[in-house]
Amino acid sequence: MKREKGYTKKNFLKGIIAENPLFVSILGTCPALATTKTIEAALGMGILFTIVLICSSVLVSLLRKVISEEIRTPAYIVIIATFVTIVKMFTNAFLPELFSTLGVFISLIVVNCIVLGRAEAYASKNNVFDSFIDALGMGLGYTLAILSMALFREILGTGAISFGKIFYFIPYFKLQIIPKNYALSIFQNPAGAFIVFGVILAVIAFITNRKKEYQAYLARQEKIRKAEEAKKLAAQKVAEGGNK
Amino acid sequence: MNIFISFVLAIISSMLIDNVVLSRFYGICPFLGVSRKVNSSLGMGIAVVFVIILATLICWPLYNYVLVPAGIAFMDTVAYILVIASIVQLVGLFIKKYSPSLYKSLGIYLPLITTNCAVLGVAQSNTDQGLTFLNSIANAMGTSIGFLLIIVTFSCIRVRLESSNTPKAFKGLPIALICAALMAIALVGLQGLFSGIKL
Repeated sequence: MKREKGYTKKNFLKGIIAENPLFVSILGTCPALATTKTIEAALGMGILFTIVLICSSVLVSLLRKVISEEIRTPAYIVIIATFVTIVKMFTNAFLPELFSTLGVFISLIVVNCIVLGRAEAYASKNNVFDSFIDALGMGLGYTLAILSMALFREILGTGAISFGKIFYFIPYFKLQIIPKNYALSIFQNPAGAFIVFGVILAVIAFITNRKKEYQAYLARQEKIRKAEEAKKLAAQKVAEGGNK
Repeated sequence: MNIFISFVLAIISSMLIDNVVLSRFYGICPFLGVSRKVNSSLGMGIAVVFVIILATLICWPLYNYVLVPAGIAFMDTVAYILVIASIVQLVGLFIKKYSPSLYKSLGIYLPLITTNCAVLGVAQSNTDQGLTFLNSIANAMGTSIGFLLIIVTFSCIRVRLESSNTPKAFKGLPIALICAALMAIALVGLQGLFSGIKL
């Protein structure tokens, strides 16, 4: 297979914008809604998720010639579950606060459709390096997506950004942006998660609609211009014919 | 009698008050993906009820009588996901053999259940919280029936939404999510329903 120039860069960036797993493919919605109460929890979830995604993608890609077609889904699930267990034990040992905040959602990375989806759709067909880049891009895209949701939820819900509760090695700080009395606590509740997700999707739909409309407008202008040119040409021909 | 009442209360509280989709956020993917038509959401819901209860019936004894005595309790996630994947396969084969018509309507949703976080989430949280066997079953029944209830209600709302006049950017998923938020607010109203009852 011939590689086109800049493939690696494109491969990396597609996970962040064009094929963002959360906002474009609408995958992995459960942790995106459940762990975005605070920015710290979302960051922790994103990091754990990215680690599992990279490890499982690389291993699946390494074993892609060994695993036969019929048993590939169970094999992938076992690979993913093993990495999730390892990550879970590490989190429990080194970041117990994160472990108790995320709770069962660390285990639920196993059934996150993105991980299995990338293993099935990309890592099982491509070499190790490409799979690594793809997983890194997808993981970063997902992390940025849930961070943006958590940003809205924490600022609107509590009026402040705080850091240092879960990642205990960072000195604790709290930045009050909106006075506490004006914070809308609904954004900390489950309902707020749905609202934030819905509004973000609506904004993305608005932007893509605008882009499409603009492109359609450009295409229309081009068509009109061409039609006018053709008309001019025809008129010229008629005029030339008259001259003869 | 006391056990019976607490069993029923546990079912109702995990069904409505702590609803699986709208307050615990399990199973959002099928909730959004398979709720465009009432029929398909009903099929998905029933299949999930089936698998969650079966998975709990197997996973709880597996954890407490096999994994813990063997000293490999940390392997719970791997064991559960294997149990769930094989249950889904077996249920599929069983239904295909004995009720082809049911299989036709459920068939395409069965593989999706393996990656439904509600199934693994219930199995995992049952043993993480150290619930008794009876409470685990109550939790599984309440959770799965709550899922069925919410996904069917939500699909009825979405059918109406299709034909309603929403802003262009909100068409489809965004407005459905806003509706889910309103449903979640409605369920918050039930919180504290049983706080006065002492058992």
